[in-house]
Amino acid sequence: MLMAGCNAVLLKPSGDLAVQQRDLLIICTILMLLVVVPVIVMSLWFAWRYRSSNAKADYDPDWHHSTLIELIVWSAPLLIIIVLGALTWISTHKLDPYRPIERISADKPLPPGAKTLEVEVVALNWKWLFIYPQYGIATVNELAAPVDMPIKFMITGAESTGMNSFFVPSLAGQIYAMSGMQTLLHAVINKPGVYDGFSANYSGAGFAGMTFKFHGMSADDFTQWVNKVKASPDAMQDAEYVQLEKPSMQNKVQYFASVDPQLYHKILTLCVQPDAPACNSLKPPKAEGEEGHEGGEAAAEPAMHHEQTMAGMAAPMPDEAAQPSSSDDASASPQH
Amino acid sequence: MQEKSDLMRFIFGRLSLESIPYHEPILVWTFVAVALIGGALFAAITYYRKWGYLWTEWFTSIDHKKIGIMYMVLGIVMLLRGFSDAVMMRIQQAIAFNGDMGYLPPHHYDQIFTAHGVIMIFFVAMPFVVGLMNVAVPLQIGARDVAFPFLNNFSFWMTTVGAVLVMLSLFIGEFARTGWLAYPPVSELILSPDVGVDYYIWSLQIAGVGTLLSGVNFLVTIVKMRAPGMTLMKMPVFTWTALCTNVLIVAAFPVLTGVLALLSLDRYVGTHFFTNDMGGNAMMYVNLIWIWGHPEVYILILPMFGVFSEVVATFSGKRLFGYTSMVYATVVITILSYIVWLHHFFTMGSGASVNSFFGITTMIISIPTGVKMFNWLFTMYRGRIRFELPMMWAVAFMVTFTVGGMTGVMLAIPPADFSLHNSLFLIAHFHNVIIGGVVFGAFAAISYWFPKSMGFKLDPFWGKCSFWFWVIGYWFAFTPLYVLGLMGVTRRLNHFDDPSLQIWFQIAAFGAFLIFLGIMCFLVQIYVSFRDRERLRDTTGDPWDGRTLEWSTASPSPVYNFAFTPYISEIDAWTDMKRRGYQRPDSGFVPIHMPKNTATGFVLAALAGVCGFALIWHIWWLAALSFVGLIGSAIFHTFNYDRDYYIPADEVEKTEAERTRLLAQA
Repeated sequence: MLMAGCNAVLLKPSGDLAVQQRDLLIICTILMLLVVVPVIVMSLWFAWRYRSSNAKADYDPDWHHSTLIELIVWSAPLLIIIVLGALTWISTHKLDPYRPIERISADKPLPPGAKTLEVEVVALNWKWLFIYPQYGIATVNELAAPVDMPIKFMITGAESTGMNSFFVPSLAGQIYAMSGMQTLLHAVINKPGVYDGFSANYSGAGFAGMTFKFHGMSADDFTQWVNKVKASPDAMQDAEYVQLEKPSMQNKVQYFASVDPQLYHKILTLCVQPDAPACNSLKPPKAEGEEGHEGGEAAAEPAMHHEQTMAGMAAPMPDEAAQPSSSDDASASPQH
Repeated sequence: MQEKSDLMRFIFGRLSLESIPYHEPILVWTFVAVALIGGALFAAITYYRKWGYLWTEWFTSIDHKKIGIMYMVLGIVMLLRGFSDAVMMRIQQAIAFNGDMGYLPPHHYDQIFTAHGVIMIFFVAMPFVVGLMNVAVPLQIGARDVAFPFLNNFSFWMTTVGAVLVMLSLFIGEFARTGWLAYPPVSELILSPDVGVDYYIWSLQIAGVGTLLSGVNFLVTIVKMRAPGMTLMKMPVFTWTALCTNVLIVAAFPVLTGVLALLSLDRYVGTHFFTNDMGGNAMMYVNLIWIWGHPEVYILILPMFGVFSEVVATFSGKRLFGYTSMVYATVVITILSYIVWLHHFFTMGSGASVNSFFGITTMIISIPTGVKMFNWLFTMYRGRIRFELPMMWAVAFMVTFTVGGMTGVMLAIPPADFSLHNSLFLIAHFHNVIIGGVVFGAFAAISYWFPKSMGFKLDPFWGKCSFWFWVIGYWFAFTPLYVLGLMGVTRRLNHFDDPSLQIWFQIAAFGAFLIFLGIMCFLVQIYVSFRDRERLRDTTGDPWDGRTLEWSTASPSPVYNFAFTPYISEIDAWTDMKRRGYQRPDSGFVPIHMPKNTATGFVLAALAGVCGFALIWHIWWLAALSFVGLIGSAIFHTFNYDRDYYIPADEVEKTEAERTRLLAQA
């Protein structure tokens, strides 16, 4: 239609989650058009029909009530909203970014025991750091994943950043990247290709340049890509991270052949510099006799939201999702 | 830049010559233009010796009709500023492609989109809303003034001082680079150490006091001062919507004040409410600001729903269809507007149940809104519609707003919002409802009530030019943004990599140009109408065959509004009076008790402005001094017992006799 001439990525996505979001959008639009079109047509038609110069039209200055019409105008939108509301409830739960995906695509079920690619995402001023814990590698401003493999993004922001939003429109919806907190996104890409990714929330001067490419690849290509990253001479340890954290704009792609396995967790708990006051502020007071985890609340937000999600759902989800890690400083009380 | 001595730092705080942006050519030229226009205005007022007139008749006036006009003038002036920002953004986004970074560096561009949002909401839409309530509400309920006339004047000046502070930030220092809601941590010291956010905080805090007091004032006015017989269910619909809006103001604005106060503590005293570390949480700010922010949207649109109800009924020559359901729809919207705020940040990572709840409550709002739309439609049905300017705006509103409502429901579906959030689709949506609803409503209201306020109608030719440029310009400017949103383009970007987007931004820029012509035609319309005021004079007081009480008075209404308080027995009181052959009383007048003008509101607001400026620049002695002055002046004012006077009966009689003579001529 109107969109034929342009690349409306939200209407032609390549990841199953984004496809389902697109379908939902179209169904809802059609439902609403059932009311919207008559209203617009009636606005113009009544305005024309009952113009003062049209002497043929009825004029009934005292007519101001009709129980039947009132009944219809309250109940017609109500019915549509009941349908929309039901759709909303179901789809919001089904497409919850915290919920592991349950199918590869409409015609491809999830194979039993399918491996999930994990990616730790850190928003910095003004670039993205992607850590692949299963491969021990990291990249800046470039993301890759094999097609048809479930991906789990664990997302946070560096200590000195504004709030960003991690968004690859072809792949799935966005979710905020917030300092000291973790959000989750489960997704899958179905077609090989190079897709745009960016921050969808203003975070300061260099925000417009916070773009990256997301590569959907065949399994072989992905292995090669991992090898390419591993061939890089650079490593990502605390010192390199501190360097990377400094504000910079329009950053180039960078590869790191190895990465400190605890780095993401240190970023999340604001403990890259362990003696920083911020780091200690997230730690529980020692020796209060409270043992064990309360659901990984060092990153207080994700755990809490996740529990809310579970409470409202029929099907429980594996709760490892919200655990930032198993280390011992993860049971601070909520910070808000 | 050399180090400032301690003494200089004590005297001037953070303020120095470096704070004046003389190295930014755009700002220098803006300053030159503002200085020339301002200087010419100042010279003209001085030359014609109008300062005394302005001071005694306007600035110190506590007459709601004049305060209403001053609010409208403030809104129009600030519209020009806010629109200039919009044009600058449109030009930047239309050219910043293929490695070209445009003509605005991020430092400047980010201030512009922040200022655009802040100004359009707080200093254009809000003055229009409060101004229209001032113009119409007391007249519609048969009152002589608002409940607290002095407070009304004070509110106006507080709002104005807020606007002045925002304007000052153009030439002294800079404005916030945070987006219009100043989300932390971007608005915290770590990312915004300069004065921009402080300008933001203090201009909104000062204007917020004005708005809150207006809310209290009109709430009391509507509840306590209606003419006898005007039960709640006989109030004009505009007054009903004003009542609901003021309930919203009184309940929502303190939240804004509170959250901005917490942000100030973070910035001034080093607390950690919203910082990233030390246990702060920015999401608390985001929740709080939207607990104010969503009701705010309805504060803006509800009165405009009222305007359209009046306009559609009047120009269809017919009683409003479904008055009762219109009132209930308004009340339902008022209540629901408090339980939808989370839809502004579904993507924060709340659970699916929380998101669904807020998504569904948001959709439910579309039911009463839809009912309103149908009620206007069935008011037109079997009417006899006169397409005067206000009615044209009303029809344009019904078509435009319906589309905006639909895209709003699309955004309310959380999974869809995960893709559309923060995109240009969202920008298109809220401009669709704010321009299509609030701005069209304000223009409908201006052309509808202008003769009541000023005594002459607005020129229809230039009004129609303005109307068509605005309506067509709106569609050209924002339809491309819907498309771009679906192409995955996010908001607040200052340059783009994908060249295929450019054509859409160019179309949008063309739309902005059409809107520019619309605004120019509006200004010409006001000029032409003033020039031809004798030709356009309204001697009847009832130029549109109106239905509510304001049309029973002269145009402009006398100071005391009603010589005798009318008695109300029907909805559409004035239509009812006309039908029963109402005769104006021509004798038996009594002296009328009225409040006196006072300069206190102006003085208090000016001191608040100085205090705000000093706090922004850390000039602590001046802040302390002006704050003490503020409190002192307020206390001093309480000892002013010379607050009221009587208009003698023979003066009332003379005014009324003059009206009788004009009516006989008409």
